[in-house]
Amino acid sequence: MKKPLLIALAAVLLLVPLLHLVFPPGHALHLSEFYVGLLGKFLCFAICALALDLIWGFGGILSLGHGLFFALGGYGMGMYLMRQIGRDGQYQSDLPDFMVFLNWKELPWHWALSDSLVGQIILALAVPGLLAAVFGYFAFRSRIQGVYFSIITQALTVAAMLLFFRNETGFGGNNGFTDFKRIAGLAITSPGMKVGLCVASGIALIGCYLLARWLTQSRWGRILQAIRDAEGRVRFLGYDPVAYKLSAYVISAMMCALAGMLYVPQVGIINPGEMSPAASIEMAIWAAVGGRGTLIGPVFGAFFVNGTKSVFTAVWPEGWLYVLGGLFIAVTLFLPQGLMGLARRFKR
Amino acid sequence: MTPELLEAGAQAHSRALTRVVTDTGPVFNQGVALYVEDLKVAFDGFQALGGLSFTIGVGELRCVIGPNGAGKTTTMDCITGKTRPDSGRVYFGSNLDLRQMNEQQIARAGIGRKFQKPTVFEALTVTENLELSLAGDRRARFAMRAKLSGAQRDRLGELLKTVHLADEQSRVAGLLSHGQKQWLEIGMLLAQDPKLLLLDEPVAGMTDEETERTAELFLSLEGQHSLVVVEHDMSFVATLAGAHRTVTVLHEGKTLAEGTMAAVQSDEKVIEVYLGR
Repeated sequence: MKKPLLIALAAVLLLVPLLHLVFPPGHALHLSEFYVGLLGKFLCFAICALALDLIWGFGGILSLGHGLFFALGGYGMGMYLMRQIGRDGQYQSDLPDFMVFLNWKELPWHWALSDSLVGQIILALAVPGLLAAVFGYFAFRSRIQGVYFSIITQALTVAAMLLFFRNETGFGGNNGFTDFKRIAGLAITSPGMKVGLCVASGIALIGCYLLARWLTQSRWGRILQAIRDAEGRVRFLGYDPVAYKLSAYVISAMMCALAGMLYVPQVGIINPGEMSPAASIEMAIWAAVGGRGTLIGPVFGAFFVNGTKSVFTAVWPEGWLYVLGGLFIAVTLFLPQGLMGLARRFKR
Repeated sequence: MTPELLEAGAQAHSRALTRVVTDTGPVFNQGVALYVEDLKVAFDGFQALGGLSFTIGVGELRCVIGPNGAGKTTTMDCITGKTRPDSGRVYFGSNLDLRQMNEQQIARAGIGRKFQKPTVFEALTVTENLELSLAGDRRARFAMRAKLSGAQRDRLGELLKTVHLADEQSRVAGLLSHGQKQWLEIGMLLAQDPKLLLLDEPVAGMTDEETERTAELFLSLEGQHSLVVVEHDMSFVATLAGAHRTVTVLHEGKTLAEGTMAAVQSDEKVIEVYLGR
């Protein structure tokens, strides 16, 4: 089951640049900009689904707040992109437009690194990682499990959303960041940049997949599964479950942040809507539809659900949420192991 | 916040306040492995343990019997850190105050526990279950790169033979029979190489043949390990206790009688509450 994925990803890495850049528009083999963007987005979603599978499928920890880490990664990248606009904004100021609008005279302290791409990348990974570490430490130490954990992660992301809606927080309020112009001096709308970001997302997905596979096949992964099935037993063997759950949670959060970082330049916008409860719940649906505890399944799940969404929002927009709800119910009732379980059943 | 969460938080807080570094092993300089004195636990007004006292000698095999609700499982919970007693003393060796330690510290100090309901990791194979139980570094960062050494492989092979699961070694533990799961859990205990083993109804659901083999195994462990066996099955207890080993009878959270099987069986009080029902 691993080969098809790797072939598909290799196709992304090789065929996307070829089809988009080499074949001119109008050629039968030309891949339009729309599809390059769509594919890049899906690859980012697949990273999220994989990240969720690492803690949910293997650790039994259902986080309904991973949209927060995704959004924080996105905001981290967005800050850099806002600074890259330079004086090309509406107000032709050195400061981002929303700061001029709020009559701010200088950058707030948390924008200190925003002129450096490397600095912002580090920040966009470190902040979500640190937040997950602190939040997870207190949650796991207090033995908050199951649905309680899901609810407090959901509450956390809602709280963050409300915080980011405020203009004083310094992240553009409810408009968030948009109207990006360039990355590292190169135009963000150029075909080369579009393809580059799409390929980078593919590479990130492969990297995250290999990391997750290595982790889950190590003794650490087996202990994580043991904690999922019988946490008490693990404790009586002398392991501290907090350390294992926390490391899984932090790694998973940082994967989501990476996905958010790659997502924002491709879609050209980040706003607090990414922290809405629905966004986080959708990630859980991708993982469940694909098949928990398989790593590959959630990647397929993300593509399948989002592909279906693209189709439905084009032909029957108001019906999409019903389809999504129905899909989730059908998977829960009939396919507890998701699409991967279905594929396995057909194989036999 | 639910009451359980508040309570768990308060417990964690009080533990953090009184935590002492206890990753050293127990010291058995007085021939006593486990010392329990005047242990009291109440759940919502129900006195589960009402001043329980007993000691287990180093290398001793002790059977504990008692009717339902006598406090057998609660005693084990107090020793292993799952339940916090209201008062009393629980010492492992002469130096480790178990009331100040959490479950994983107690396990690392050398107390292994078998649950009443067999608890194995159902999604993992038999070998993997044993591998996770092997004594060694328990830290997460170590586990990411841990590999089995040759000596550990040999030990795994030996354990598989001891618990008669060599033929099932790559089977998923969830597919084992009830008796085999019991054996696997016993194997996991042995893999930990504990100094004290607490076995809660280890032969429940086993066939007669399996029960007999279990008795043989426990008797072979006597001397190297201290064992506490809680059991309902009287013939099994009689086999283990033989003519000279001590049997403790619990009743309503207290020690009712202690002595050889024969002495206990002829004790008036015991006959009244338990054996002669």
